[in-house]
Amino acid sequence: MIPVSYYFALSAILFSLGALGVLIRRNAIIIFMSVELMLNAANLLFVAFARANEALSGQVFVFFVIAVAAAEVAVGLALIVVIFRNRQSIDIDEMSNLKG
Amino acid sequence: MDAFALVPWIVFFPLIGLVINLAFGRRFGERFSAIVGTLAVLSAFVVAVLQFVSLQAHPHGAVVPLADWINIGSLQIPWAFNVDTLSVTMMLVVSGVGTLIHIYAAGYMHYDVRYKEDPGSFTRFFIYLNLFIAAMMILVSGNSYLMLFVGWEGVGLCSFLLIGFWYSRNPDGSKGLLNSQAAKKAFVANRVGDFGFLLAMFLTFWAFGSLSFDQVLPNAAAVDPRIIMAITLCMLIGVTGKSAQLPLYVWLPDAMAGPTPVSALIHAATMVTAGVYLVARSAPLFGAVPEAGNVVAIVGAVTALFAATIAVAQNDIKKVLAYSTISQLGFMVAAVGIGAYVAGMFHLVTHAFFKALLFLGSGSVILALERAHHPLDGHHDEHHDDHHDEHHDDHHAPFDPQDMRNMGGLRKQIPTTYRVYLIGALALAGLPPLAGFFSKDEILTDALHANMLVWVLLTAAAFLTAFYMGRQIWLVFFGEARTKAAKEAVESPSIMLIPLGILAGLSVFGGLINVPVLHPFTDWLEHTLGHDFAHATVFNFGVAIFSTVLALIAIYISWRLYGRKPLAAGEADPLQQRLGFMYKGMQNKWWVDELYDALIIQPYRRLAAFLADVVDWRFWHDWVHDTLIGRGFGALARFLAEPVDMGVIDGISRGLAALAKGLGRGFSLLQSGYVRNYALMVFFGVVLMIGYLVFSS
Amino acid sequence: MEFLLQPLNVLTFSPVVGVLVLLFLGKRDGLSRWVALGTSLVTFGISLWVLGLFNANDPGLQLDFAYDWIQAASWNIKYAMAIDGLSILLVLLTTFLTPIAILSTWHAVEERVRDFMIFFLLLEVGMLGVFLAQDLFLFYIFWEFTLVPMYFLIGIWGGAQRMYAAIKFFLYTMAGSILMLLAILWLGINQGTFHLPELLALGNIPAQEQFWLFLAFAAAFAIKVPMWPLHSWLPDAHVQAPTAGSVILAGVLLKLGTYGFLRFNLQLFPQAAVELAPAMATLAVIGIVYGAIVSYSQKDVKKLVAYSSISHLGFVMLGLFALNAQGIEGAILQMVNHGISTGALFLIVGFIYERRHTRELSEFGGLWSIMPVYAVLTLIVSLSSMGLPGLNGFVGEFTILLGAWGAGQGGALGSIWFTVFAALGVILAAVYMLYMFQKMFLGPVTVKANEALKDLSWRELAIMIPLLVLIFWIGLYPKPFFALMHPAVEQLVTLFQTAAIP
Repeated sequence: MIPVSYYFALSAILFSLGALGVLIRRNAIIIFMSVELMLNAANLLFVAFARANEALSGQVFVFFVIAVAAAEVAVGLALIVVIFRNRQSIDIDEMSNLKG
Repeated sequence: MDAFALVPWIVFFPLIGLVINLAFGRRFGERFSAIVGTLAVLSAFVVAVLQFVSLQAHPHGAVVPLADWINIGSLQIPWAFNVDTLSVTMMLVVSGVGTLIHIYAAGYMHYDVRYKEDPGSFTRFFIYLNLFIAAMMILVSGNSYLMLFVGWEGVGLCSFLLIGFWYSRNPDGSKGLLNSQAAKKAFVANRVGDFGFLLAMFLTFWAFGSLSFDQVLPNAAAVDPRIIMAITLCMLIGVTGKSAQLPLYVWLPDAMAGPTPVSALIHAATMVTAGVYLVARSAPLFGAVPEAGNVVAIVGAVTALFAATIAVAQNDIKKVLAYSTISQLGFMVAAVGIGAYVAGMFHLVTHAFFKALLFLGSGSVILALERAHHPLDGHHDEHHDDHHDEHHDDHHAPFDPQDMRNMGGLRKQIPTTYRVYLIGALALAGLPPLAGFFSKDEILTDALHANMLVWVLLTAAAFLTAFYMGRQIWLVFFGEARTKAAKEAVESPSIMLIPLGILAGLSVFGGLINVPVLHPFTDWLEHTLGHDFAHATVFNFGVAIFSTVLALIAIYISWRLYGRKPLAAGEADPLQQRLGFMYKGMQNKWWVDELYDALIIQPYRRLAAFLADVVDWRFWHDWVHDTLIGRGFGALARFLAEPVDMGVIDGISRGLAALAKGLGRGFSLLQSGYVRNYALMVFFGVVLMIGYLVFSS
Repeated sequence: MEFLLQPLNVLTFSPVVGVLVLLFLGKRDGLSRWVALGTSLVTFGISLWVLGLFNANDPGLQLDFAYDWIQAASWNIKYAMAIDGLSILLVLLTTFLTPIAILSTWHAVEERVRDFMIFFLLLEVGMLGVFLAQDLFLFYIFWEFTLVPMYFLIGIWGGAQRMYAAIKFFLYTMAGSILMLLAILWLGINQGTFHLPELLALGNIPAQEQFWLFLAFAAAFAIKVPMWPLHSWLPDAHVQAPTAGSVILAGVLLKLGTYGFLRFNLQLFPQAAVELAPAMATLAVIGIVYGAIVSYSQKDVKKLVAYSSISHLGFVMLGLFALNAQGIEGAILQMVNHGISTGALFLIVGFIYERRHTRELSEFGGLWSIMPVYAVLTLIVSLSSMGLPGLNGFVGEFTILLGAWGAGQGGALGSIWFTVFAALGVILAAVYMLYMFQKMFLGPVTVKANEALKDLSWRELAIMIPLLVLIFWIGLYPKPFFALMHPAVEQLVTLFQTAAIP
């Protein structure tokens, strides 16, 4: 049986990748995908710990996360489409209207 | 059946006349006004005669209540009339002489209103006269001191109105304020007297518990004599005001600014005798404290002499008579002061006859000159008038028809006036058997018994009286005319001469009402005054002969000075060289007016100005209120507003605002608008939180 | 319903009906005038109805009612009103003068007529409330309420310096009222009630406290009267106020002060009143003489009349503090007299001001020959003001002085010199009134602009005639007036007889 620390490491790597993607990339869709990556890194940990502790609640959480992620993607992609229609671009650096 | 119940009508009739004239007088013209006014007084006279007749049967008279007036607790003052021999005597004199003067005035005012260029005032004159008669009737018939006071002030008002009748002019006829000044002076001087009267009433009420004659007078013995002393002395102040005695007489000479009938009616025959009536009415009070009576007598006697000296040197025909009136009033006041109430009242009656005669006669003289000076044509106009003035006047000085130096030789031009005037003058001088002789003699006889000093003063005054009347007769009627107007003087119409004739008759025979030995007047007044205060004076041949001789000497001296060699136009008065400074004093009325002006009027004006401008306005209003309180409050407000409020309280709040603003500006730098930055911040935040969670435990 | 139909409530608030109508009228000036006049006449009619209900023989309060109003903790405040012999004449005076004042504004007020009328009617409500209130708290509310409309009447429709005068009037009066408010609160809380009849029935205010309470009340009233030396607001207010405002100010508002003395200081604090009577009389006499002298030196007619008010009100105060029947009845009558005579004098000044737009004495002279009717009316009113017997002023002054003299001979005042000096005021009154009359009416016409002046119009005559009728009526037959107040005053006077014996 593979120790939990392996899953933990993998999850950490995936999460870091996702986080870096969010922070570094300018394409909104890629940022979106990076967010998904971070969510899935978390899912991986939930599942791993659920298995290790023999408790089902972690797996139930994963279902919730997947459901929420799906909803989020739906709303998020819709927003991105609207933004693209208005601005002909999905470069988030061009959207700095909130600058103080 | 007696007629006492009718007595209120002596007031109502003149009031009715007044109202009718007020409503219709101007519409229906002069004749209507004069008839209504005269009829009103005549009706009052008829009522007075009815009272007289009724009194023959019931000599103690009656009190006729009319209505309630002031009722507060113990203060009960009704409108009630008192009919007794004393009040009916006054009623008869007032309404009788009043009627004659009304008739005369109808003639006189016809000219006067035209000379004053205001014919509409004819009605106004009769309205005032009727008002005066009504007020005078209230005065003499009231049954309480307060009601007497109503009339007392009422006649004062009428006097004010009538002195100021030609309110827009000076006494010489030019435009100015002097007439109204004289009117005001009369009112105020009378008010000073009224002040004393008021105090006397307060004292009376709280001492006797009433102001009604029938409750006060019989109880005089029951009250502390010191209080009665105070009452009588306060009353004396009132008497000096109304009856023009020292020191308040100054208004009466100026009152000659009124039309001549007014001078005759108010300022000679009736109103000014009110003081004498008051003292006679209050005989029990004055009798209770002989010291007070003495003061009254001295005041009267000194006034008599003092005014007589001034009369000697006056050139205005009416001024002579005015000072003569003051002097004669002094006789009456002295008489009632020494307790000779009957003699005082007797002289009051005769004086009313001959002084009214003299004043009306002087009016006739004045009018005679005025009419000669500028005749009133059918179409009299101002232009024509001016033209005349140029011809007659010595250059610019206006012609004064009252100045005796402008007269002379008038007995030929106006013989009727001359005759009646002569009768009046001789009556005043006290020559037998005219009215003045009997009354004056009775006073002198009583004075001789009562108070030597008073007798000396009065005798001296009597001597001067004969002298100045002689002087006046010589100056006015004898010698040669000194002006063109005097030469062309026109006799007055018969409407004026008839009353003069009647008054002349009364001046001749008036003495009979209290002829020695029979004393009908003494008996008549005794019903009211009682035996203590109404005793028959025994005719004293010594006094009579002495005073008659004195009068004759005085007339002789006046003939030596003025009659033997008549005064020529522009010549100085012969007395001037003979008396020197004395004459100057007499002519200038001993500078009493100037003295009062300097001692009372000017200081009062300055005091008023000082109080009003400096104390009340600049100090109290401007300084204390506006500066001290107003600006002080302003300064406090500014202090609170600027250093305290703006500095401290506002400072705190503004500091807070600045701080918040600075913070905001600082934080706003963090808001780059780049999603990435926000995400990074979230990331760091998460790291920090996790770090905190990890390392804190 | 019963509450609304109380006669005194109807009387007090009937002008409010007119106010409501006016509010819905819009800016129709002519109509506003008629509505206001009609309302004030109806109010006068209601006051006559109240007079009909009034029983002159009853010395106590009549038509009285008291409803609980503010009842919390130790506060026992009632909505209570009543009328008695002390107040009925003043109520009648108020309702009588208001229509006259309104009629006098017909041509004098041309701007914002509706607002003027609203304020005027509100003022009447306040004044009636002051005279009728029988609860200290309610009294205070009405008392202060009168300030507001008067403030606006002076401040909006006044002369050149109207704001200054209005503010001075307001602040001056407020300042005194504060002390009274403190005294009212102290009294109401300590005694457990604000209701005047209850307070009188308790009658257990210690002498020492009476003294201070008396002074606190006196501060408010003395300013309103105004007693010397607190009179400084009066000339400003009068000179700046519009004619109708002056009429009401002199006619009624000043009486609020003297009425306050009568109703509260004398009734509630009889011992203090006896104790302080000489002091109050001293101020009153100084006021009489001072006002008379200062009047004489005025150049503005209206100011002259204003200062003469100080003198006349001095007589009223002297009469009140004589503390005997003659003095107090004379004082009450003199309040009415002053309202009539001085009101008439202000109207007279207003007539000439409307014509010439000046009030300087030096601008006039010889008006008698130009405006004879006006001159005769002025003469009568002046004579009434200076106390000529047979006219109203004399009856009041005489009874006051007589009462004061009695109080000086072993009464509350202790010296006859008060009366002697006060009687000097009678001379001085003649001096300044005749001076004014002479300057305006006698002598030749000196100013060209006066030559074309028109005599009084019918409207102006209609204003003056009721006043003249009263001047003669009170002067010749004051019995009905004395009869209304006599029982109440008798009852009041017994208070001092017991108070004088400690």
